[in-house]
Amino acid sequence: MRYAIPVIVLLGLLALFAVGLGHDPRELPSPLIGKSAPAFELAVLGGEGATRVRTQDLQGRPVLVNFFASWCAGCQEEHAYLMQLAADEHAPLVGIDYKDAPADGSAWLAKHGNPYQQVLLDLDGNTGIDWGVYGVPETFVLDAHGTIIYKHIGPMTVEAWNRDIKPRLQAAS
Amino acid sequence: MKLLRALLLLGLFSLALAPVSAQVQAEKPAIVLTPQQEQRFEALLPNLRCLVCQNESLADSQAPLALDLRYEIRSMIAKGASDFQVKKYLTDRYGEFILYRPAVNLRTYLLWFGPLLLLAIGLIALYRFTRRAQAVAAPAVDEAALRKLLDDQAR
Repeated sequence: MRYAIPVIVLLGLLALFAVGLGHDPRELPSPLIGKSAPAFELAVLGGEGATRVRTQDLQGRPVLVNFFASWCAGCQEEHAYLMQLAADEHAPLVGIDYKDAPADGSAWLAKHGNPYQQVLLDLDGNTGIDWGVYGVPETFVLDAHGTIIYKHIGPMTVEAWNRDIKPRLQAAS
Repeated sequence: MKLLRALLLLGLFSLALAPVSAQVQAEKPAIVLTPQQEQRFEALLPNLRCLVCQNESLADSQAPLALDLRYEIRSMIAKGASDFQVKKYLTDRYGEFILYRPAVNLRTYLLWFGPLLLLAIGLIALYRFTRRAQAVAAPAVDEAALRKLLDDQAR
């Protein structure tokens, strides 16, 4: 009985540390979850002249917005899996090529394959800032109304897809 | 040695020739601030976290995102935005984590006052512990008996 309180305190601390240290400090909660996707008006990669795509144009169906770049190692890491998702699951992927030279982006997609239904260009990175992107790749899940319902930070993985993305996508459609 | 040097050179050359695409950092016109605005800009930056290298502030970081954000903040200040508006712009996008001193609100009470709470718990524990120890260490002294003992000895 004498030791009850110290033992309880110790267990409490251990539980606190287990939760705290289990967090990845690189994964920040986005304040944009539950809000409308920030407005953009972007050129299309390889698109004709003055075609612009706006945030509203993504509405009407759930969609995955994936920020990527040809210079980004993590994007290469997830790319094969994105290709697989596009082929097997018809994942509604929209790519935003972040701070990338269009020629580099095109060459990269030609080399590794293009899993996107549409690729938009964020040349100056301002759309990335508006969306709270701080390290590509990042993937946003939008419902049919254009509301951000989830954000995945870092390369897409099978676990993340099955646990975090797919159920939300299904619930939204 | 010659062979080694040749190999090293070859390695360097192959690195230089490897097709590497780099992040595009657009050249943007410099933003001129008044001395007061410049002062506010300088004062604001050390309190903002660079999200790429999280232990550096936006004042120190050379990450491309930090450059972009510094530029954005400069242009906001040039257009007359208040410190509050700049911070709101950033927290709307990146969350409170970008502030090294997050606002005191319901969600951050524990963060701000947790240490005080721990200190209070520690002080209470210390107080109770020392009181108990005193009670054990200092048994009541029977003064009459003590005097008698001393008197006996003096005799």
